Amino acid sequence: MKNSNQRPIWQKTLLGTATSVAMASVGVMGMAATASAEESFKVGFVTFLSGGASGPFGVPAAQGAEIVIKAINEGSLPAPYNTKGVNGLTLESVVVDEAGGPTKQVEEYRNLVQRQDVDAVIGYISSGDCLAIGPVAEEMKMFTIAFDCGTSRLFQEIEDPQYMFRTGLDAVADNVGAARYLAETRPDAVRIAGIQQNYAWGQDSWQDFTLAMAQLMPEAEIVNNQTPQLFQGSYSTEISALQTERPDIVHSSMWGGDMESFTAQANVRGLLSQATAILTTGESGLHRFDGQAPNGTILGGRGPFGGFMPENDLSEWFTQTYVAEHGTPPSYPASKAAQAVLALKFAADSSGAEGVPSSEQLAAALKGAEFESVSGTVRMALAGGHQALQPMSYGEYHFENGEAELRNVRSYSGECVSAPDGYNAQQWIKEGFPGVDCN
Amino acid sequence: MILEKSEISLIGAAVAIALASLVVPNWLVFTATLAISTALVVMGVVMLMRAGLVSFGQGLFYCLGGYAVGLGGRYLGITDALLLIVLGVAVTVGVAMILGLLVTRYREIFFAMLSLAFSMILYGLLVKSHGLGSTDGFGVVDWTILGFSPGSGESSSRTALLLALGLALGIALFLNRYFRSSLGLACEAIRENEVRVEYMGVSRKQVLYINYVIAAAVGSIGGSMTALAAGHVDPTMAYWTISGEFVFIAILGGTGHVAAPFIAALIFTLVRTYAIELAPNAWQMILGIVLLLIILFLPKGIWSLFTRKKGVAS
Repeated sequence: MKNSNQRPIWQKTLLGTATSVAMASVGVMGMAATASAEESFKVGFVTFLSGGASGPFGVPAAQGAEIVIKAINEGSLPAPYNTKGVNGLTLESVVVDEAGGPTKQVEEYRNLVQRQDVDAVIGYISSGDCLAIGPVAEEMKMFTIAFDCGTSRLFQEIEDPQYMFRTGLDAVADNVGAARYLAETRPDAVRIAGIQQNYAWGQDSWQDFTLAMAQLMPEAEIVNNQTPQLFQGSYSTEISALQTERPDIVHSSMWGGDMESFTAQANVRGLLSQATAILTTGESGLHRFDGQAPNGTILGGRGPFGGFMPENDLSEWFTQTYVAEHGTPPSYPASKAAQAVLALKFAADSSGAEGVPSSEQLAAALKGAEFESVSGTVRMALAGGHQALQPMSYGEYHFENGEAELRNVRSYSGECVSAPDGYNAQQWIKEGFPGVDCN
Repeated sequence: MILEKSEISLIGAAVAIALASLVVPNWLVFTATLAISTALVVMGVVMLMRAGLVSFGQGLFYCLGGYAVGLGGRYLGITDALLLIVLGVAVTVGVAMILGLLVTRYREIFFAMLSLAFSMILYGLLVKSHGLGSTDGFGVVDWTILGFSPGSGESSSRTALLLALGLALGIALFLNRYFRSSLGLACEAIRENEVRVEYMGVSRKQVLYINYVIAAAVGSIGGSMTALAAGHVDPTMAYWTISGEFVFIAILGGTGHVAAPFIAALIFTLVRTYAIELAPNAWQMILGIVLLLIILFLPKGIWSLFTRKKGVAS
């Protein structure tokens, strides 16, 4: 009896909840409708806001993009982007969390395009997400820029891309660049070891690095490679295993917290006084190591980003604004996100469209184009004009008087580190870099 | 064969969804396809739950179904969706028949952990397979159905929904009868008291084994449908958090009726996607709170809303 008396109350509560949820969603939909009625350009920005990749990559990237979007709407960017808005339209952004894996990202991508009616999508740090989104972007005919993901398979898997772009380099360039830097600055190194996270990124990076080393430093011997789990955090076993091999160089593609904790632990254990570490994504730790990495550790930034940005009006403006807003200089993910937003502005401004440019107009404007960015002039010269061809930089970490800086920085031109169109990257390395141009 | 009332309503619901797919926005069509696919895997979890077993490794069969579609298309050149799904079921049933011999001997936490372990072994194997793209996974080929190409864009996602809907209806009708068959009822009896079931002359081992294999096959179809709809497979499908999600949806829906997992999966997916839209930085919290509230107020799952109404009316 007691139960049957309670039932209506429960049902009422539930009905009440359901009604309020429904009303709230109607309200939100209404808001969305009024917003899109105005002349604005809506871009979906997908980046990690939760999980292990959010701290080092996702959030800095969102912050970098936000700064540029704000400046675009105020018209306060340096030339050539000193016009207000994109193609005169207010740039509105919808931020989406990238966590949850490719299937969920495909679902959220469709929701962005079809429910939220975005005019373009920028995003994707994870290579798996990029690979899943590529074909969907082509199918849905939506102008999409991948700003960070590094897989070299992205444009191999899409036949004749039309709508998918990448405004950064792939991971092959990171590792060919690393091998070139070692060949130039550490020609006497003989014993090479590695430590990579045990997933696609780590496996691909190590494969490309060892292939490139076989070409560029054939005398060097690969003595060991450790593959700890992703987000393992503690690396004492791996460090011991590496120490027994007495390496001269330790290559690592680990990123974020893993990279920082490995460096700190390896430093304390003395591995890094024996060997020099070359960290392909080490730049994101440049202002976070605080001397926990020994001086001379070689850092890369996945291209001319973060601490490797060349001096130009845009990069100076970006660094200043970022420091003013967030108290630390921008790391490479922030610069890469900024670059993708600038690419969107460039494409929209030069599309020649009246009002909101279509995906076709944006794609035509960006394809094969050259645009100014925080990393210098970017040429969309790879994958039939859909991927950026940019230099790759490496430098040594130095920490003195509480200030971190990069010294002995060397840059390698895009043609020096990236396979020309039509070449499988691994094949290109194995054949001894045909068509390479390192001047 | 005379259709029962609940069967008529199942068919009615499927027809209604199929008709609705012509008018609702395309994103909802896609979301519904994924929800139905998820619900199929959840159905497997529910089948095991009815026998008193909680599987934290149903992702194993979900992943096998998905990878069968991906690999069958890529390496065997099969493009027919139905053939790919059958391939997935065949592989999964083969694997489940071997694993079932071992895991159905265990109960409670031991069953849960063992099923989780096997799922994580597959995850580990796939992560190590550099040729299959490791954690990045790979794309699924463009598929056809009975020689008909679904094309691209809206018609493609609608075809996927109709296919998922057809399969789900068939499975729901089958399971609806199965739950009240002697085998299905024996599962519930085993949950209540195994020893008595044995005394009655029913082999609990056999019952649980058959139940386990059918649950696996249903899960595989869910995985195959997800792969066909999303167009990409990756090892996350076998990761334990995904299996945990299936268990959660099963609890959310309750074990009362075959329709419960479908309703629960749809609610789960919709709450999640709207939470992501409304609060990109706190969507997990919203999702968690909503689900907690549902469990708090409906401890027997969402389906108890419907049975309650019936109780009041009578």
